[in-house]
Amino acid sequence: MSTSPETTTETHDGGHGDISVGVATAGTSGDATASATRITPGNALRPEDIALAVSRGAAKPTEDAAELALRLGDDALILAQRLGHWISRAPELEEDIALGNIALDQLGHARSFLSYAGGLNGKSEDDLAYFRDEDEFRSIELFEQPNGDFAVTIARQFVVSYYQFELYRRLTESTDATLAGIAAKAVKEVDYHRDHSTQWVLRLALGTDESRAKMIHGFNVIWPYVDELFRDDELTARLAAAGAAVEPSSLRADFDRLTGEVLAEALLDIPQVPAALGGGRQGRHSEHLGFMVAEMQVLARQFPGASW
Amino acid sequence: MSPETPAGNVWPIWEVFVRSSRGLSHVHAGSLHAPDAAMALRNARDLYTRRNEGVSIWVVPAEAIASSDPDAKGSFFESPQGKDYRHATYYTKSEGVKHL
Repeated sequence: MSTSPETTTETHDGGHGDISVGVATAGTSGDATASATRITPGNALRPEDIALAVSRGAAKPTEDAAELALRLGDDALILAQRLGHWISRAPELEEDIALGNIALDQLGHARSFLSYAGGLNGKSEDDLAYFRDEDEFRSIELFEQPNGDFAVTIARQFVVSYYQFELYRRLTESTDATLAGIAAKAVKEVDYHRDHSTQWVLRLALGTDESRAKMIHGFNVIWPYVDELFRDDELTARLAAAGAAVEPSSLRADFDRLTGEVLAEALLDIPQVPAALGGGRQGRHSEHLGFMVAEMQVLARQFPGASW
Repeated sequence: MSPETPAGNVWPIWEVFVRSSRGLSHVHAGSLHAPDAAMALRNARDLYTRRNEGVSIWVVPAEAIASSDPDAKGSFFESPQGKDYRHATYYTKSEGVKHL
């Protein structure tokens, strides 16, 4: 690997230097400032835009929307933390970076969702990420499952990305403009995550005997946590009635169909395993989350306000 | 085209060319390891376009590229030196022509 030609990057005042791009206008900013000769960061809805809109009172979630944002933000945050552990540990340097990119995408979604969720009672994304205890996290158990070997991580990625794609695709039509905006940015990124995990499922399952055995093992480990993704509750019913989100159970048919197509191509059976109990949305987590959250939060709690 | 996997279970090397914008040509950005062309494209996307550098990527098996011999610099590249008639230096600029 040699260096990429990105050293020509210039600071670009007209694009993202302007933090005043708010939630309301971000969708229309498009590519108007694109240049043939300059590399620019491009224009897209950023977590900072949401934090700004929230702090100015331009965007304020309802209590229900804030709870949904907290749930989805926690899912993404916990997954990002898990994936970050692969940096320097993946089978190849290139895969280190691929998983790191996906982790950063998820972290971006988490920051957006948590910034919005915090708008309900004046908390920042950092308050929510670093100063809540384990039982205050609302993430589904799947996201905190240990990385295992590479095949287990790919199995988790495969399930997560197909679930998130169906979820965000529908959330782009939310009556809550901020949730719709976050989803519109996220769905494109998650689409690539689907492709990444699919490529690996096919290669591992159709590769050598050993890689196939590991892929099968990976799905057997992960599949018990699939059911929890699609469980409805009172919150999702209220959000669905308000047009702010859809019921998780309504995503299941598309999820089953699309994952089923890939699994069939990979000559894999859908694992016949009992579903885990799962209580992540109520703050009841598997034994893994506490250790992970402790590691994630230790710096912020030991040195509050630290920056570098 | 799929290059042979080298011994020792190491992924083959691919050369990456990125086009930064419509209308410009693909420029060599670097190289990477990948098991096959489809993964090489994805790795290239992750490695070389993560800061909005590109709108199109080519990947080529490194072994498919024929390159000039560095030791043949004299016979290959020094011949044009001093032949300034190959440059447009002898033309006089016509009156009123701008931007030359």
